[in-house]
Amino acid sequence: MRTDDLVAMLAAGAGAVQPRQAARRYAIALGSGALGAALLMDLLLGPRHDFAAAILLPMFWVKVAFVTSFALASLVAAARLSRPGLSLAWVPGALAAPVLAIWLLAAFVLVRADAAQRKFLFFGDTWNSCPWLIAMLSAPVFVAVVWAMKGLAPTRLRLAGAAAGLLSGAVGTMVYTVHCPELEAPFIGFWYLLGMLIPTAAGALFGPRLLRW
Amino acid sequence: MQDASRLNAGEERLRNLLILGLAGNESAYHTFLRELSAHLRAFLRRRLVRLPDEVEDLVQESLLAIHNQRHTYDAGQPVTAWIHAIAKYKLVDLLRRRARHEVLNDPLDEEFGITSASDTEASDARTDLKKLLEQLPERQRLPIVHMKLEGLSVAETARLTGMSESAVKVGVHRGLKALAAIIRRNA
Repeated sequence: MRTDDLVAMLAAGAGAVQPRQAARRYAIALGSGALGAALLMDLLLGPRHDFAAAILLPMFWVKVAFVTSFALASLVAAARLSRPGLSLAWVPGALAAPVLAIWLLAAFVLVRADAAQRKFLFFGDTWNSCPWLIAMLSAPVFVAVVWAMKGLAPTRLRLAGAAAGLLSGAVGTMVYTVHCPELEAPFIGFWYLLGMLIPTAAGALFGPRLLRW
Repeated sequence: MQDASRLNAGEERLRNLLILGLAGNESAYHTFLRELSAHLRAFLRRRLVRLPDEVEDLVQESLLAIHNQRHTYDAGQPVTAWIHAIAKYKLVDLLRRRARHEVLNDPLDEEFGITSASDTEASDARTDLKKLLEQLPERQRLPIVHMKLEGLSVAETARLTGMSESAVKVGVHRGLKALAAIIRRNA
């Protein structure tokens, strides 16, 4: 086949391209993924029994702010990695900032606490289930985000897979905060992060196979 | 300095053509693809010095990939960065496939067998579009043949095939993606 013929064929009746397809795909993916995670949470875990009282505590909102800013930064990472030729630019810094903030807060809390209390501040009551539950809730989001990416054109597949995992972990964690009884910064700064890193590792591992085009 | 300004002029021109093309200007899009193929040929030739026979195949694979993913271009980014990222992705994919292939096969057999050298025409690839199209299901092949090769409109194609207009459009879109996948598997 001559290249000129291919060019003529591709151009024939090519028509206009729908604008903002990336934004639309990510909106659909995050909407349906978060809905799936919320249903899973409601069916299997249920919201924390004192949810109405918890949302009056400042620490609840610190936790929500941490997870939300992390989710926004990972959304930008995933969106940029879905397009050929875009670098990550400032995104690694935006991902590191909320983590550093929660670690600073955690260090402050741990230093001020009694030695006997520290263990509880770090482990809480649910350290052994928290990361796994976050990973479980992120699964439907992960499937949806991979769908969104496959309709675009990631070229760095391992990194893109990791970003998909990070984004789904962060959204899964946002849903998990409705159930999670823990409010201490040392707990959140470690176990939440660990939970989000499970889908991230899965994304980095399977990205090259899932996202090839 | 002169080189940089010429590069910028090329970038500016390609970008304007692509943006017009994405908005539905078919002749601008045709010009974009034509200039893009020359650009890709130069880009890939420099990187495939040891595999000159692969250049034109990869130019065509990249053209198809760029066309299929043209909705991923962000008007705020340099068009050459976008093009090079796709071409490089296809190049790495090709080299990886070849490496895997050569582990399993004796490379000498291949050199003299299926892949005869194509010196005759610089812009002739070894892939045969007609044969590739035969591998597609009818609902994708017919829209491509009528619209893309015979130049009929969506409405005419729909009338001729008895498909709905949206099915025709979906058929073209999916068919071109399927072609890209077939080429990748065959290469």
